[in-house]
Amino acid sequence: MKILVAVKRVIDYNVQVRVKEDGSGVVTENVKMSTNPPDDNAIEESVKIKESGKAKEVVAVTVGEEKAQETVRKALAVGADRGIHVKTEGIVEPLAVSKILQKIVEKEKPDLVFMGKQAIDDDCNQTGQMLAALLKWPQATFASKIEVKEKSLEVTREVDEGLETIETNIPAIVTCDLRLNEPRYASLPNIMKAKKKSLEQINASDLGVDIKPRIEQIKVEEPPKRKSGIKVKSVEELVQKLKNEAKVI
Amino acid sequence: MSREAMEYDVVIVGGGPSGLSTAIKLKQIDSNLNVCLLEKGSEVGAHILSGNVFETKALDELLPNWKELNTPIKTKVTKEKFLFLGKTKSLSWPTWLLPSVQKNHNNYIISLANLCRWLAEQAEALGVEIFPGFPASEILYNDDGSVKGVATQDMGIDKEGNKKDNFESGIELHAKVTVFAEGCRGHLGKQLISKFNLNDGKDPQQYGIGFKEIWEIDEKKHEEGLVMHTAGWPLDNSTYGGSFMYHAENKQIFLGYVIGLDYKNPNLSPFDEFQRFKTHPQIKKIIEGGKRISYGARALIEGGLQSLPKMYMPGALLIGCDAGTLNTPKIKGSHTAMKSGIIAAETINEHIKEKKELSIYENKFKKSWAYKELYLARNVKPSFRWGLFFAILFTGIDQILFRGKFPFTLKHKHADHETLLPLNKAKKIDYPKPDGVITFDKTSSVYLTGTNHSDNQPVHLQLKDSNLPIKYNLEKFDEPAQRYCPAGVYEVQLENNISKFVINSQNCIHCKTCDIKEPSQNINWVTPEGGGGPKYGNM
Repeated sequence: MKILVAVKRVIDYNVQVRVKEDGSGVVTENVKMSTNPPDDNAIEESVKIKESGKAKEVVAVTVGEEKAQETVRKALAVGADRGIHVKTEGIVEPLAVSKILQKIVEKEKPDLVFMGKQAIDDDCNQTGQMLAALLKWPQATFASKIEVKEKSLEVTREVDEGLETIETNIPAIVTCDLRLNEPRYASLPNIMKAKKKSLEQINASDLGVDIKPRIEQIKVEEPPKRKSGIKVKSVEELVQKLKNEAKVI
Repeated sequence: MSREAMEYDVVIVGGGPSGLSTAIKLKQIDSNLNVCLLEKGSEVGAHILSGNVFETKALDELLPNWKELNTPIKTKVTKEKFLFLGKTKSLSWPTWLLPSVQKNHNNYIISLANLCRWLAEQAEALGVEIFPGFPASEILYNDDGSVKGVATQDMGIDKEGNKKDNFESGIELHAKVTVFAEGCRGHLGKQLISKFNLNDGKDPQQYGIGFKEIWEIDEKKHEEGLVMHTAGWPLDNSTYGGSFMYHAENKQIFLGYVIGLDYKNPNLSPFDEFQRFKTHPQIKKIIEGGKRISYGARALIEGGLQSLPKMYMPGALLIGCDAGTLNTPKIKGSHTAMKSGIIAAETINEHIKEKKELSIYENKFKKSWAYKELYLARNVKPSFRWGLFFAILFTGIDQILFRGKFPFTLKHKHADHETLLPLNKAKKIDYPKPDGVITFDKTSSVYLTGTNHSDNQPVHLQLKDSNLPIKYNLEKFDEPAQRYCPAGVYEVQLENNISKFVINSQNCIHCKTCDIKEPSQNINWVTPEGGGGPKYGNM
């Protein structure tokens, strides 16, 4: 079995994101970038499946500008076998990423495609689903537990009501939840070895897919500042204020 | 416990200006040398914070064609101001009356973090292996007592010290020479200074705490290339410190404050002094209407030549501000740090190729312009114990008339942790509440640093005696850690009327002030799990 795992380079989750003055987007200059956190879970799970002997190869793929390949290198350092970097410039929307991944899937012929449930920058939560539609493959989203069987997967999903367990045929798309596992650290010797692993670079324009943005972004703005709270002396005062000032009860 | 080991010719600890200079110079001398550099930040630059007005002297030597290499060195200093501040008034000091060490024409306003990122790219292109996110946590020794290398931190240890599922053992890095370039108060450098008695016969080291905020200000008030320094208010006459304001590119200003950690009043809060400073009419008028976009703090060296330890020992060198090469009156250390790193590379090459002793470092350093600078600057900082007025008078005579050539050297008498007065002898200080526009609290400030440490790991701020903060410090000094920490790591909380000392180690921004100022040297700063700490951008 072969697993393709898709990773995305995003603003690090510890960084306070700042909106550009002209409202055209967020500041990415001088900002620490990292792998999208649930993508780390996707890599971890792929590598675990390989270690259990159920998969033969893990291929990591990313779509993005030149520096995006850092996320593939990181995947290689924690156990992916080789990497693919599809070079793009500017904004690449989920549909475009799905189309690119479709081409990669057709070329690589994996049995499973893993990725994070959503990226923490645009929060779209669409790429996995769109890729499933394009490939006409089954999808298991928000996976928090995965069991690989002969020709199927048993996946536990994090849904609003609790946990839902489904079984799906292989090949399939799986999008991973943060609860799926605890990603390992890259060890120093493995980072060294990763530098020698193959990382193929492909220009998105060579794939023959239309990746033009479909969405027009009108404005990006910061959420309104939260007003500071007040302390009340008694329950009566609280009820009175909720009734008369906040008018919520 | 056996750990995996990797062999290198040279291992460098720390990706700041000095360590990166050593790495680059080594590869320039001999591209066959195996050079590895460890950096505790999640990327090179993540833990770098500096003013910074950059003198290019050392870079000119290291990479003479730097101007052609797309450096982040862009803003030339075009104008200088020096102000003495009173509470509401200010007096502009003519720049021709400034000692030449404080003149900045030919220098550049830069982000040192970005310069380090750029230096790291140069080093990697030359074949240096750089590993960010890997703190060197332990020094390894050979049987003969010489330094053998370092070990990286184990990853995936829980609060109680047990291995978690994702445990990853640290590894040993062995080298012919290990270079320690951790910056001010490096936690390994501290151990080496003590083990090899490197500071024998030297004055106690002197430190300061430096704050920096980056503001985006109104275009009309922004004068790219303007460098302004102030002395005086809000500090009293006996406290050493001052401010900087550098107008960088993109409508940004680098605004900062440095306070000597030899301050005496335990009620003093360096953070709040900096916040209060911004309310001075001369400062407020510039930042008003602007937006604070970054915050950070870092301890720095102020001891100069009198406190500079021996920089070599068997198997290792101690360079940059891990030793203490900052030129205090010049308020600059990047160029001397880089020079000390270049000399380290030359020394190591001769040591490996010609079997020369590492002690040749001393002579090489003494012959360099970096040493000469430190020598001429040596009397400025110690003169400040006479108070601002006499210090300035003395500095004027020393630096302008005699150009640092007085036939005597003033001494630093006390270590910074010894200077606090007990509460009953100290003045209370009332700091105004932050307004959230010009002045801020610690919580919102720390948020901007992007600092984080995964919560389930051992506390990296270790108390030698866990009772001391409450039993001794609270009563005698109202536990000054609550105030000297720029990140609100230390708190005294009341629980059922019993005072409790709380360490919020996940807030730590790796400034090392606690390790320096704690009156009984009770706090030991050790490396947390790799990648933790601030995520500074263009600091």
